[in-house]
Amino acid sequence: MSNVFKKIIPRSQMIKICLVPVFMFGFGFAMVPLYNVLCDITGLNGKTGRVEASVIDESKVDTSRTIEVRFLANITAGLPWSFEPLVTKMDVHPGQLYEAIYRVRSTSDQVTRGQAIPSVSPGIAAQHFNKTVCFCFSEQDLAGYETRDMPMTFIIDNGVSDKVEQITLSYTFFSLDKG
Amino acid sequence: MTNATTTTEHVDHDDHGPAYGLTRWITTTNHKDIGTLYLWFAFIMLLTGGSFAMVIRAELFQPGLQFVEPHFFNQMTTMHGLIMVFGAIMPAFVGLANWMLPLMIGAPDMALPRMNNWSFWILPFAFTMLLSSFFMEGGAPAFGWTFYAPLSTTYAPASTDYFIFGVHLMGISSVMGAINVIATILNMRAPGMTLMKMPLFVWTWLITAYLLIAVMPVLAGAVTMMLTDRHFGTSFFDAAGGGDPVMFQHIFWFFGHPEVYIMILPAFGIISAIVPTFARKPLFGYSSMVYATGSIAILSFMVWAHHMFTTGMPVAGELYFMYATILISIPTGVKVFNWVTTMWRGSMTFETPMLWALGFIVMFTIGGLSGLMLGVAPVDTQYHDTYFVVAHFHYVLVTGALYSIIAAFYYWVPKWTGNMYNETLGKIHFWWSTIAVNVLFFPQHFLGLAGMPRRIPDYALQFAEFNMISSIGGFSFGLAQVFFLFIIIKTIKGGKKATDIVWEGATGLEFEALPSPAPYHSFNTAPEVK
Repeated sequence: MSNVFKKIIPRSQMIKICLVPVFMFGFGFAMVPLYNVLCDITGLNGKTGRVEASVIDESKVDTSRTIEVRFLANITAGLPWSFEPLVTKMDVHPGQLYEAIYRVRSTSDQVTRGQAIPSVSPGIAAQHFNKTVCFCFSEQDLAGYETRDMPMTFIIDNGVSDKVEQITLSYTFFSLDKG
Repeated sequence: MTNATTTTEHVDHDDHGPAYGLTRWITTTNHKDIGTLYLWFAFIMLLTGGSFAMVIRAELFQPGLQFVEPHFFNQMTTMHGLIMVFGAIMPAFVGLANWMLPLMIGAPDMALPRMNNWSFWILPFAFTMLLSSFFMEGGAPAFGWTFYAPLSTTYAPASTDYFIFGVHLMGISSVMGAINVIATILNMRAPGMTLMKMPLFVWTWLITAYLLIAVMPVLAGAVTMMLTDRHFGTSFFDAAGGGDPVMFQHIFWFFGHPEVYIMILPAFGIISAIVPTFARKPLFGYSSMVYATGSIAILSFMVWAHHMFTTGMPVAGELYFMYATILISIPTGVKVFNWVTTMWRGSMTFETPMLWALGFIVMFTIGGLSGLMLGVAPVDTQYHDTYFVVAHFHYVLVTGALYSIIAAFYYWVPKWTGNMYNETLGKIHFWWSTIAVNVLFFPQHFLGLAGMPRRIPDYALQFAEFNMISSIGGFSFGLAQVFFLFIIIKTIKGGKKATDIVWEGATGLEFEALPSPAPYHSFNTAPEVK
């Protein structure tokens, strides 16, 4: 009976059917970069932009608009740090460069490492919120009981929607020390 | 001499029945044996997952903590969902496909019989692995059947790795089963059976099989990412490393939404077989049924984020997913109206399979309507993660998918065993289940609208009455399925002999071209289809 089956199931068709699951397994993983690209383009999910200070044209400051920027700081469990912004809110004009300082203090006697992850709300403002300098661009290593003031300079570009009157910038520090 | 021997052997080969003993079931490549194995496996899993549901309903019978710890309660809700979806509903449909597809298209067996054996025998190992996690330190997975990260990565018990490999095995089994279905339907139809002459159960299974090979690998990818996040230092879902837990939900529901159609499309096929038989009229709108099934399958890939309205999507995204979701009600509505129109002015009788099919049409539609409510983004913000959602998906999965499987059992069991089931017992089973299931799930709509969250072992006092009613319905429905086990065994052991056509209005090769019970080897020569 097996000979009968061999004749009527075309090999090329079987290969095609079997390639579908293989392709879709890969597609599951491809969704990860696709998703990141989509969020970068659309500013969904609070992903912020990064610009070089040299390309900023200070003459384009829109003084007619004022946006309130609020700063939040969070620490996840397992990281023995305290973390806070020195100024909790700031009134800014689109097109102008500002600096905010965050202070982080280690409460451990060991060297500890952390990485800050930013998030901007509302999502429609995220793609217009650009940073030139940020402590979140690199890992932070703190010696035992070290205190560090970390700068972050940002500019909200003129393309930001008129509906946005308030932007919240939140940083969360995650521990990079295993265990 | 040589020729003569070969001929004799050949004849022997054609005539032989099943082997004896346990090895018959382990080594079998016969589609009927494998179908039976799948159906029994699904039934055992139904009782297992059902017993977990009994624990849940016992704990929720009264407010406060009575029987189980909250952590164990979470294990119960998680395992109930996983077992019912992957262990009961899906294998039951695969079992029905194994039994019925070759009989319906006039094929001697499935196209890939050895792979068929393998795809079944993976399942007991997968579920043994999954269930063994109860006996491990930290207990079984307790993060819900949707296993959202980081609950299933950073905060999960060690046994989660057993869950991950269990899901891998189930996925391999489903994909192999689906490849087999596609190969069988595309290549082994009897001469004259064109695609548009296939019974709808065959059509819906063909489309379901394509959904399976498309999305089960995505689920495998999701659990693989969980595995590497847990042990190999990747950060797919870990924000600390630049990943994103919300992405888990996107990947999961990209699998998850087609998955819910995997669990309902074969049901549509079963109802489309039963309703014409007992209305004694051909199915109304056959080709529109085929196209509706196809469009539901295609749309199912484009609506996944309606499970995620509360994750903070932009308005444009919410609007798109809302409209796309509600669009699915059109092909689904086509089906419901086609069934109703098939019955219109038919000479209807109400044997047990028809009762279950009618129960399906009425109650699946209730579940569909609550689904429409949940599909409306601003409304979903209120209903998300409440008992309203629980009521919705139990109406579509219990009174939908499970009812169709039970209907299929009563409809085809005379063809499988040669015995009629006891009509009185079957009717008692139907009315008992139908009253109980509504007592069980209908009050959950009210609980959800009043704000009771799902997956909690304790609740505020104002929810007490409806929970008690719901629990009583739950115990009763559970008992009704033990009664079903009695009916199944009684039917296999004996009963009134079934005629070859079984039902007065039955059509299709399985009734018209085969005796009851169907012989162990059927359609060794293909039938002619006009």
